[in-house]
Amino acid sequence: MTAVLTDRVTTPVPAPAVPPRRTVPIVSHAFLAGWALLTTLPLVWAVLSSFKSDEEILTDPWSLPARIRWENWGRAWNEAHIGRYLLNSAVVVTGALTLTMLFGAMAAYVLARYRFRGHRIVYYAFTGGMMFPVFLALVPLFFVVRNLGLLGTLPGLTLVYAAYSLPFTVFFLTAFFRTLPTSVAEAAMVDGCGHFGLFFRIMLPMARPGLISVGIFNFLFQWNQYVLPIVLMQGEGAERKWVLAQGLTALAVNEGYRGDFSGLFAGMTIAMIPVVAGYLIFHRQVQTGLSAGQLR
Amino acid sequence: MRRLFIATFLVPPLLLYGIFVVSPYTQAFQISTTNWTGLSPTFEFVGLANFQRLLDDGYLWNALRHNGLLLLFLPLVTILLGLFFASMISVGGRADRVGVHGVRGAGFYRVVYFFPQVLSVAIIGVLWKEMYAPHTGMINGLLRAVGLDRLAVAWLGDPRFSFWCVLAVLIWMNVGFYVVLFSAAMQSIPRDLYEAALLDGAGRLVTLVRVTVPLVWDTIQVAWVYLAIIAIDGFAVVQIITDGGPSASSDVVGLRLYKTAFGDGQFGYASAIGVAMFFLTLTVAVMFLRVTRRDRVELQ
Repeated sequence: MTAVLTDRVTTPVPAPAVPPRRTVPIVSHAFLAGWALLTTLPLVWAVLSSFKSDEEILTDPWSLPARIRWENWGRAWNEAHIGRYLLNSAVVVTGALTLTMLFGAMAAYVLARYRFRGHRIVYYAFTGGMMFPVFLALVPLFFVVRNLGLLGTLPGLTLVYAAYSLPFTVFFLTAFFRTLPTSVAEAAMVDGCGHFGLFFRIMLPMARPGLISVGIFNFLFQWNQYVLPIVLMQGEGAERKWVLAQGLTALAVNEGYRGDFSGLFAGMTIAMIPVVAGYLIFHRQVQTGLSAGQLR
Repeated sequence: MRRLFIATFLVPPLLLYGIFVVSPYTQAFQISTTNWTGLSPTFEFVGLANFQRLLDDGYLWNALRHNGLLLLFLPLVTILLGLFFASMISVGGRADRVGVHGVRGAGFYRVVYFFPQVLSVAIIGVLWKEMYAPHTGMINGLLRAVGLDRLAVAWLGDPRFSFWCVLAVLIWMNVGFYVVLFSAAMQSIPRDLYEAALLDGAGRLVTLVRVTVPLVWDTIQVAWVYLAIIAIDGFAVVQIITDGGPSASSDVVGLRLYKTAFGDGQFGYASAIGVAMFFLTLTVAVMFLRVTRRDRVELQ
């Protein structure tokens, strides 16, 4: 490092070692654009196919739709029940996310700011959950949920989502609460603020950035969950309670038999829209949230 | 008051966590030593018989072999592609006296590459199942359009290709995230290091291997562990796209467990598979951290 720097200082008027080149950026862009195309083309193809008729899909997968057929979307929404599945997903994730964030923040705050007997045990019990593959729990979890009478119900799925989101949430928020200054809390205590008031009126608002990051991470984890719903939403009459991920894969299997390809593509497009739209609006926060999540 | 506060804040989360997470995990080990079928309330303790059976289960070994291949190829290919694209974003721009620059539109690429990461695995699975479809799929449509009709085969219906098709999807859905992660790590490398390397006459490839990779090694290591965990799982993508077929040619251990439990109702044996998977994950994580540990390269 230093050798190079002194070198440059002593050499009188160094000729530019590398003349400005144009080729490298062009090559870079070719590769980068190639992958960008590879990423987006399947998605664009699905959206375009959702407007085509089945004949058009069958004769040439690459053709453009002759006209926009919204009726495919209507069929997917009503007959294939994508609308209902979307609603179920929204209900479960809203409930689970609220519960996760509330319980996660409560536990993390106490673990970060209070010393008590069994403190370490509780902390490691929560964070240790991150190490176990969910497959290990599948069989017993199925029976735990069934014995509670929650199999194939939305509240059951909500509770399970929240429980499996807790390890990372507690881990992340404990670290976050520790970084917040203690002086504010002390001042509030002196002013007669109780423990509860301190948490809800002062600490939670201060922890907002951390809550948003972990909230985005949890939202995607729960919204995109696949294994838990297919295990827990089975049994008689459970189809009415299916979430989007499950409904869509079932649709793929059924439409394969019935040959309603356009309906399937429409269902897929409807399922894609909320997440892609949300991502395009909040892409910076989403990338930070997910990166923080992986680098735990 | 303080005690009451701690209790009211800790007990509800602990209760939820205990019932739905801790208790299933502990029960899994116990169930794995029984011959429980789930239907009858009675079951017998069979000791390690399930694990014995696991060793002789040809289907399981077949599935495990596929997880092994995933474990080999998924991290390797994903990380190489990730580093390649990330370095193009960070230092693939023009080079002049001031040093090297990132490409224009780096922000755009980062946004686009991230798409598969936010889509649910169900959408990705269904989408690719349709992409590979023999008559209506986009891939065969392209092959026919350029006159390569002979190559337009039934990708998922052929035991020779089904596994590799699944691997390709797994790579496709993960590369973007690691491009973003690596390019963020590369941002923190001081620009003058590249400048120095260029002045010393190092080419771009040499710079990537000798300068960039050692400096983002920590990130690569983390990426490796996470991709390994995805490779040991692989359940959702496989189940949706091929359901392990044709004739178990793309089966993975997670799918074995799922079918053993919820298809055949052999809950004891399925739990034994789960326990085996747990130790496999643990071993792989520890092993990778051991093997990839090397002295940290300190800046300054």
